[in-house]
Amino acid sequence: MGVKVGVLAIQGDVREHRRMLEALGVEVAEVRLPQHLEGLAGLIVPGGESTTIGMLSREYGLEESIRARLEAGSLAVWGTCAGAIWLAKHIPQFPDQPRLGCLDITVQRNGYGRQVDSFEADLCIEGFDRPFPAFFIRAPRILGVGEGVEVLASFEGSPVLVRSGKIWASTFHPELTSDARIHKIFLEACGR
Amino acid sequence: MEKGTLRIKTGFAEMFKGGVIMDVVNAQQAEIAQEAGAVAVMALERVPADIRAQGGVARMSDPKLIKEIMSAVSIPVMAKCRIGHTVEAQILEALGVDFIDESEVLTPADESFHIDKHAFKVPFVCGATDIGEALRRIAEGAAMIRTKGEAGTGNVVEAVRHARSVLGAIRQIQALPREELMTYAKNHGAPYELVLWVHENGRLPVVNFAAGGVATPADAALMMQLGMDGVFVGSGIFKSGDPRKRARAIVRAVTHYNNPEVLAEVSEDLGEPMVGINLDFLSEEEKLARRGW
Repeated sequence: MGVKVGVLAIQGDVREHRRMLEALGVEVAEVRLPQHLEGLAGLIVPGGESTTIGMLSREYGLEESIRARLEAGSLAVWGTCAGAIWLAKHIPQFPDQPRLGCLDITVQRNGYGRQVDSFEADLCIEGFDRPFPAFFIRAPRILGVGEGVEVLASFEGSPVLVRSGKIWASTFHPELTSDARIHKIFLEACGR
Repeated sequence: MEKGTLRIKTGFAEMFKGGVIMDVVNAQQAEIAQEAGAVAVMALERVPADIRAQGGVARMSDPKLIKEIMSAVSIPVMAKCRIGHTVEAQILEALGVDFIDESEVLTPADESFHIDKHAFKVPFVCGATDIGEALRRIAEGAAMIRTKGEAGTGNVVEAVRHARSVLGAIRQIQALPREELMTYAKNHGAPYELVLWVHENGRLPVVNFAAGGVATPADAALMMQLGMDGVFVGSGIFKSGDPRKRARAIVRAVTHYNNPEVLAEVSEDLGEPMVGINLDFLSEEEKLARRGW
């Protein structure tokens, strides 16, 4: 009932997440500054360029405010692609890349190659009765997950959809499809 | 598993939204662009202002330069080929660039035809001055459209004209009754199926960026307020007095394009902007936006 969900709108495919959430009947806010987090039960960090998103979130105080909300347990967060990189605790190639880093996973940026190697594939996701159409675009590869991180889907041996409590990450882009199943279960984690 | 599908190509372009793509001529500039928060760089030998000043035939850049830039940064790297030059595009794809700009800034290789972009796994961006041109390029397989503007002038007026032309046409197509769409398509040289798509969806089927003449954070924010999805900056950054500062400012202006306080803050003390060219002093022959068909 009546949860409000934000999309981090520094840069990236904000519109696609917004469209998906609105189709599911939730109120959506675009988050560019810390005050935009007020009243939100959940936040989606979209696909885009992880360096840009990380840098500007830090500069404008969003990283700090989101961390505080997560520590208080009052916000659910889901990162897709670049968003998953932003949440990752370990990025061995770029250890100093600005990010939230609160999800215990190890990622390799562009882990499947450059754009010419980007691909689409059908995924089996835990709890879903039919495959999910997934788009991997210069996607990060999850090399490992820490204790307490649940793997909901894998592709070619690497996890692609994971969660740890209220923190979710996918290395693909459900928002580019017309299949709202993952958005729907994320909204449940937001308390809807 | 399938690679290089249309949805993978157009989906990648969606990821650039709200971002700035910067022209760079060497690895050091590419690093400056990345540190400033660019979402991609365009690797080229000369920025449009220099192409304009030096004249001669402008071609695809040396693969060595493109490779140096690709290894210098982790963000996507784009490169330009000449209009209609299928082989330059094949070479760029073989190099592994992330996006190809079939660009009027280079000297056209074909005066009648553009590249069949469906034949490639790598996505393409093309310039357009009006809706017919935009939809023709999309029908040929372009995964992204940008205004042509008037590159290398530091004058935003042509980019504004092209943006208003395309966005105004979209609003018009939306409002037309269905029986008028075929004649609209005919009159604008636009594929009917795409006119129908625009009628039903109220936007282009691919992202639509501003390019050509953007020189200040305010220019960039203006293009965003008009309804563009993001911004290319060519000569505007590295032909200015303090590229590092200006690059940062333009990135922040695109994210906060609707927030005048942030825009005021980032616009301060940026040093000299690039020296502009008043378009009244350019002959029709010198206008790059006229290239493409």
